[in-house]
Amino acid sequence: MNELLKVEDLVVRYGGMTAVDGMSMSIRAGEVLALVGESGCGKSSTARAVVGMERPAEGTVLFRGTAVPPLGLRRRRTEFTAIQMVFQDPNSSLNPRKRVGEQIADGVRAAQARGLNSARPDSWLEAVGLQPEMTTRYPHQFSGGQRQRIAIARALAAKPDLIVADEPISALDASSQASVAAMMRRLCLEAGAGMLFISHDLSVVRLMADRVMVMYRGSVVESGPTPLVWSEPVHPYTEALLGAIPHPDGRGVLPAAPAAEAPEEWASTLPEALSRQVETR
Amino acid sequence: MTTMLTLENLTVELGPKDARRQVVRGVSLNLQAGRIQGLAGESGSGKTVTAMAVLGLLPASARVTGSARLGEVDLTSLRPRELNRIRGRRVAMVFQDPSASLHPQITIGAQLTDHLRHHLGLKRKAAQRQAMELLARVKVPHPQEALSRFPHQFSGGQRQRIAIAIALACDPEVLLADEPTTALDVTVQAGILHLLRELVDERDLAVLLVTHDLGVMSAVADDVAVMRDGRVVESGTRAQMFTDPQHPYTRQLLEAMPDAQESEVL
Repeated sequence: MNELLKVEDLVVRYGGMTAVDGMSMSIRAGEVLALVGESGCGKSSTARAVVGMERPAEGTVLFRGTAVPPLGLRRRRTEFTAIQMVFQDPNSSLNPRKRVGEQIADGVRAAQARGLNSARPDSWLEAVGLQPEMTTRYPHQFSGGQRQRIAIARALAAKPDLIVADEPISALDASSQASVAAMMRRLCLEAGAGMLFISHDLSVVRLMADRVMVMYRGSVVESGPTPLVWSEPVHPYTEALLGAIPHPDGRGVLPAAPAAEAPEEWASTLPEALSRQVETR
Repeated sequence: MTTMLTLENLTVELGPKDARRQVVRGVSLNLQAGRIQGLAGESGSGKTVTAMAVLGLLPASARVTGSARLGEVDLTSLRPRELNRIRGRRVAMVFQDPSASLHPQITIGAQLTDHLRHHLGLKRKAAQRQAMELLARVKVPHPQEALSRFPHQFSGGQRQRIAIAIALACDPEVLLADEPTTALDVTVQAGILHLLRELVDERDLAVLLVTHDLGVMSAVADDVAVMRDGRVVESGTRAQMFTDPQHPYTRQLLEAMPDAQESEVL
């Protein structure tokens, strides 16, 4: 088993508030795992713990069998540059004062430090659908959507084994969201990497995640292969979540609305909803 | 059908004198009683500025030409004081962020009753009774207790319900809703969409719904106009727009939706 990431019984607390309440997961090379759920359900806190931006209160986060060290002010240990992140706001990961080519070159150097070859910055720009000669420009000379493509190029240039993407497409225009998500999946799989993809947009998740974990109030309530969870949700929260998606089919059908804002059954634990498998006969 | 609000050749220029930009270029729309007119488009297409122009909420430097007629009055030609009497009374609004329309340090009850007393001249008792009825109508749980609470004591979805209650307090003819569910979780969004539809049907409201979300548009809008670069490139009934789009840009928007694409995973 080519297991990249193993998270066991992770608990993340902020003061007295428990954001993640004992979640476990694993990601293999060449697979996209999506975390979905409402805002505040703990999906972003899980991602931050995976990359070392939050210190777990309990539980472990292992990357290739080694605990992920907390991110500090100092440079990351070389072997952990194999985990790369993409955030919702590309401005948070791009330096406004540096040409984008140089920033992508930083990623290339991170790959080289681990003894890997990476392509040149201009070909990374091409890979994410931008013109190669744009390397000499600064971030402010690009649109928001282009900046996010650059952030993705920079992350990929480091030749990561694991990409952690927290709402990477939410700030993009609706018409480019699906294509950027598909591009991320393609480039990630071509590189043989794994991806933890966090999104509140369930239609996009259906498009690109091999497996999905549905979180509610800090816990995973349902998990399994995306097509199975989509077609036959078992947990009442998953059912409500999927039923509430409005579809652009022009039929004027209101999506199903839950009777109450947060029915108690949503927080219930159903063992049969966890780690679901497609039945083979 | 009764036309409540007519936009005719509405044009908006923003920016300083020496660098004016046309962001809305000749938009014409008719809002009908009891119908939701959707205004779709990507960020920067001019859809929000169109709604703001109707309400006179643009910066003083903005230049608005064309007209926005509410019955016999052209909203674009009113002086600020005259517009104040209409805004909130005959034309109300709901924004993406309910916190923008709720005062954080004043109880929900005081905000609702102030509004009712100011616009409708109700006495304190009557205003309080009506405030409670409004909260009950938008399905805020425990409306009586809710009156004495502050905005931060409610969830995002409930805050948006309260913002809708305030918008509807004076029984307006027209409601402008700018991305009213965009900041909400999808299950909460579904509840707000149901509420919006019910309110339109029972009050014969004319609604301008600005949203980039074509799923939301398909769920509640009766008519849809698609904007690009300040212009309406296509408009028609919901069914026409979604099933038989004529303009290449509308087709492009629909084809880009995740729903329109085959899953790579399956």
